[in-house]
Amino acid sequence: MSEGARLWSRRQGLGGLLVCALGAAGRVQAQAPAITLDWSALYRPFTGAAKPTAARVSLITPRLADNGFSVAMSVRIDSPMTAADHVQRVVLLSNRNPRPVIADFDLGPWSGKAEIATRVRLNGSQEVMALAQTSDGRWWQGTAEVEVTESACMDAP
Amino acid sequence: MLARIQLSSPVQRGQPMEVRLLVQHPMETGFRFDVLGTAVPKNVVHSLHATYGGRTVFRARLGSGVAANPYFQFWVMPEQSGDLLLQWQDDQGQKGEVSARVDVMRA
Repeated sequence: MSEGARLWSRRQGLGGLLVCALGAAGRVQAQAPAITLDWSALYRPFTGAAKPTAARVSLITPRLADNGFSVAMSVRIDSPMTAADHVQRVVLLSNRNPRPVIADFDLGPWSGKAEIATRVRLNGSQEVMALAQTSDGRWWQGTAEVEVTESACMDAP
Repeated sequence: MLARIQLSSPVQRGQPMEVRLLVQHPMETGFRFDVLGTAVPKNVVHSLHATYGGRTVFRARLGSGVAANPYFQFWVMPEQSGDLLLQWQDDQGQKGEVSARVDVMRA
């Protein structure tokens, strides 16, 4: 193969990649407004009548996850974690997954630090929410926007 | 079930200790179909329980939203040396556990 031919085929390859990327991006945008549920319907089973306050909880996710099968997610709650004032429950919610409750954790003053990290599945680009309940019974929340290029759910509705 | 646990060391009294757990599990969502078109039944690790010196220090209820081969990182503040025991169970009733000895240094 001559140098020119090799270069050309590499360019074709790159072009192919670009088309793939654009195709994927287009698909994600077309999917986006499909099933975005109201947050209140999702947190009410946990908080009851109370509306969680948007403070103290920071949810850290990559802004762009190229694979929805495994997205690193960590929650940090601003709390002294003492016997009098600590986080007792942390819930991770998704508003586009077929099962919105991802995980539900119990903590206590013996945790020392209100921080949890895990890896989750996400069905497409969405906003994810972390709910936290402190020992005084109040609920707090934090959200993060994640863009997912490849959904974890191929066959799910 | 295979699993790996990692702890931050050395552990000092009154200082939080980082615990990292990785469990080998497919976490089947129940939404997948095999090559013959039959649905693969849901099978996820639905609960996880950690005790330190016999006392519960961490609990998790999980759904299919947790990625395959679940990974968790959390913190425990040990008051004295002891054993950290992690136990979990999946939808098929299979249980797994892993434990680690923690030696606490006096600060």
